[in-house]
Amino acid sequence: MNAQTVDHAVLAPLYAAVATAVLVLLADLLAPPGRREWLLGLAGLGVAATGGVAWWAGSGAGHATFCVPPTSIGPGGDLVAGCSLVADRSTAVLGVGFCVLTLAVLALSAPVVRTRAVPAGEYTFLLLCSLLGGLALAGSRDLITLLVSLETLSLPLYILVGLRRTAQGASAAVTYLLTSVVSTSITLLGAALLYAVTGEVHLRRLAAVLSTVDLGPAAPLASAGVGLVLVGLVFKVAAVPFHAWAGGVYDGSPLPVAAYLSTVSKLGGVVALALVAVNGLMEGSAVWASVLAVLAALTMTIGNLLALRQTRTVRLLAWSSVAQAGYVIAPLAGFAAVGSGGGDVSDIAGPLAATLAYAGFYVFIEIGAFAAVISVRGAADGGTLAELRGLARRRPWVGAALALALVGLAGLPPGLAGLFAKVVVVRSLVDSDVLWLALVVAANAVLGLAYYVRVAAMLYERAPEVAGPDTAAPAAAPAVARPAGGLERAIPADPAHEPERGALLTEERPRPAPAVEPGSDRSWAVTATLALATLGVVVLGFLPQVVLWAADSAAQLLLR
Amino acid sequence: MTGAWWLILAVLVLPAAGALLLAVLPEAARRAAPALGTAVAALTFVASLGLLSGRHGPRGDRVVDPWHAVDLPWVPSLGVRLHLGVDGISAPLVVLTTLLVLLCAVYTLWTRPAGGSVRALYALMLVIEVGIVGTFLALDLVVFFVAFEITLLPMYALIAGWGGAGRRHAAMKFVLYTLAGSVLLLVGVLLVAIPGGTDIVALSQQGAGLSRTAQITAFIILALAFAVKSPLWPLHTWLPDAHTEAPTVGSVLLAGVLLKMGTYGFVRVAIPLLPEGARAVAPAVAVLAVAAILVGAFCCLTQREIKRLVAYSSVGHMGFVLLGVATLTTTGIQAALIGNVAHGIVTGLLFFLAGAIKDRYGTGLLTELSGLGQRAPVLAGILGFIAVASLGLPGLAGFWGELFAIVAAWERSEGGTDPLWTACAVLAAIGGALAAAYFLRLLRIVVNGEPGPVVERAGPLPVRPGEWLSWGPLAALTLVLGLVPALVLDLGLGPVRALVAVVSS
Repeated sequence: MNAQTVDHAVLAPLYAAVATAVLVLLADLLAPPGRREWLLGLAGLGVAATGGVAWWAGSGAGHATFCVPPTSIGPGGDLVAGCSLVADRSTAVLGVGFCVLTLAVLALSAPVVRTRAVPAGEYTFLLLCSLLGGLALAGSRDLITLLVSLETLSLPLYILVGLRRTAQGASAAVTYLLTSVVSTSITLLGAALLYAVTGEVHLRRLAAVLSTVDLGPAAPLASAGVGLVLVGLVFKVAAVPFHAWAGGVYDGSPLPVAAYLSTVSKLGGVVALALVAVNGLMEGSAVWASVLAVLAALTMTIGNLLALRQTRTVRLLAWSSVAQAGYVIAPLAGFAAVGSGGGDVSDIAGPLAATLAYAGFYVFIEIGAFAAVISVRGAADGGTLAELRGLARRRPWVGAALALALVGLAGLPPGLAGLFAKVVVVRSLVDSDVLWLALVVAANAVLGLAYYVRVAAMLYERAPEVAGPDTAAPAAAPAVARPAGGLERAIPADPAHEPERGALLTEERPRPAPAVEPGSDRSWAVTATLALATLGVVVLGFLPQVVLWAADSAAQLLLR
Repeated sequence: MTGAWWLILAVLVLPAAGALLLAVLPEAARRAAPALGTAVAALTFVASLGLLSGRHGPRGDRVVDPWHAVDLPWVPSLGVRLHLGVDGISAPLVVLTTLLVLLCAVYTLWTRPAGGSVRALYALMLVIEVGIVGTFLALDLVVFFVAFEITLLPMYALIAGWGGAGRRHAAMKFVLYTLAGSVLLLVGVLLVAIPGGTDIVALSQQGAGLSRTAQITAFIILALAFAVKSPLWPLHTWLPDAHTEAPTVGSVLLAGVLLKMGTYGFVRVAIPLLPEGARAVAPAVAVLAVAAILVGAFCCLTQREIKRLVAYSSVGHMGFVLLGVATLTTTGIQAALIGNVAHGIVTGLLFFLAGAIKDRYGTGLLTELSGLGQRAPVLAGILGFIAVASLGLPGLAGFWGELFAIVAAWERSEGGTDPLWTACAVLAAIGGALAAAYFLRLLRIVVNGEPGPVVERAGPLPVRPGEWLSWGPLAALTLVLGLVPALVLDLGLGPVRALVAVVSS
């Protein structure tokens, strides 16, 4: 048996992540009891270094390791090698992306760690373990490594979600665990079917078998395998049919963990989906691309419809992120044209790049939205939308940043980054002749705006107690604030008001938000993250090519 | 870079910088916000006047040949360039926009609507100006789309922040309807841009290279997008609510220039880029336009509120403009251009007056306003003048657009032999007559009636200097444009001929 040479350059980012995680755990154990915020700083340094290593490992010609020697696919077919782990420009871009997002989440964790809402050492260690999964995922090129990395990404999250040790947190953790287990077993079943039919686990070899070898009566099994893997993976991006966990889990988790779920974890899901879709859908399985199209349409519509009725901030963000997942996977429907038409690799580079680009724009905006919410709420939970009323009048910059993020998610100026994200997706769909899905995306943009604008407008309303006699108190949109009975109180109406305003004033309305939000002990780390994310969104609005270039180059390499 | 490219940048950068400055104005300097906003609007207006100068008329057979243009790379991977330019079709609309924004700024110096801070109001007006002017100047499809979208949220904020009692509902309805229009615009634009690129100048010269079916699909999508904005019956229902609830300056900008983005989109984007689609779909647009004229007129006859009446009259007037566009003839498109400008001036002034009346008497109900003529003769006089202009009296601005739209439809009917266009021409003429009926009804009630208790109680209310300043230019332009329509028509003649040549070839 040949001894395999292992290219440690490929593994270097993983070593760095593991080292950081262990270092943080040891530091937590050995340091004297006391404040623990410095652990986040330590982890941050480690993550920054890991990002640097990931960039270094991926620059240059590209490496691969854990390879099987090239053998011919089918009788007289091409020689195709299979490698389990690679490092190239695409892993560099994705790895740096994961590290930057994790850095942001670490900074956003300052309030929960300071108030000891969560145990600092364990919390940070688990986040870093999850990052390890993300880094491995970016480079994984076989089904087993892919699944193991994805589980490494998810497993720490089961605990992180429930780390606040409240009933809500426990219920969120159990929901997340159960949904995850079901979806993972579906993915595993699909992977097993694929292996049983083709005898391959390496994605490139799998793709070659699926596209060149006549599988005979086993062909439907292979197709079912691809489908099961894909359907299982949509759980990670919280797309239909595995979307229902999002609302409760996001709302039950500590806020930074929700931010992590909706950015890093979602990006991981997108990468996994893209990897499988690219290799599994090359040819002959156009039907699965069509299924993805339907799932995308359902995801965005259901997500938006659910978000319309939310009264809690994080739940609204959760359902909106479900809808966003729909936009993210929509371009993959363009693979159908290739699958049925026998097109070549360059045809799917466009849709793949569009998916990655949308995900890139989205995570920037989303992290900005969460940073703004955390900046307001501190270590507390997300609270209700009614508590955000008048935020922009109390804290203009934070309010403006949150409004910009919401408008960006809606995809309108001044959130130009979101606008370009929509342009990219619709362009890709029109380009691959999936006009109906482009129109669904268009309709959903309108649906989404209904709640994004409602919340953004609420930020600028006058909070009831500052309303002078001549300025109308804000009329609560009926759907926004219907809190439990105990919270309501009547505000005396000014009889001089015209009837409608008077009626709205006498209507029972929630207690005005306190002048200082719970836990709004301002943390500089949160403020800095908010500022950077907002700045990033503004800059990307004028220079969208940065994300487009990164997505393009990553897509080219994922296809190689 | 062609001609005075820096003027193009100036009309966009000035209001954008002004809005930004207003947004970050320190606490101590906030009293100066109205003056600052007005100064910026004035500078922008002066800069836009500069755009009228220079070489007029296209060279050779170029469809879009801007006198002044800016062309810079923006997003290379999407093939998007920051391509802006002004020609005979867009120049009058740009100047109209900057003029109306300036007049609104002046008006707000004296009359501040109740609602949010006046600083924010000025900032929003300037952002809206950026969006509208950007739409008129854009020569790249994606830039056009972006500019089209820029106006959306500031207008929402303007209505929701400073509007009347039902403002929230009206603002939401406005923003959802128009967003539906603009996302359709995105789909339509990309249908054209993917095979042909995003440059409007190149696309209108060579066509987008789409098959006939694809052209028709794309044209229908674009027509829907522009029809929401214009608005075209039956997509007009957001407009009366938005107008009624918007503050005066909001209504003026909405009716004066925002609606023109829709009709301009037809002339600049949909028709030249998709000539075959235009030929196929134009009759349907014409039918809907005539329906809009009639529906607008009948609704006006039954309106009891002055702002709603003016809003529905807008639906009718824009119907004439779209009828002109749909004929695809030189006469018709010229009628649309002058109709656009005239409607901006006349309806802008009408909304100023309606707002002033509502501010003074606290009601817009026509029955309660009877006898205005006896107690406030100057106000009623201006109202009478502008209502007569709006109903299309010869010699005033409103006349040319409506007359020539009907003439163009009649031309298309080839002497009454084509039943569709004959019916369009006849029904549009009837609609024009109905416009006379409803404005005369308005005048009979408001000017000639016996003073009611509301008017009596308020006593004589003179026109204030700020109002003279903002209304005077519009009244003067109404007269000037009525007497010398060539001011607008000559500018547009060359580009329109080139456009018609493309469509009819």
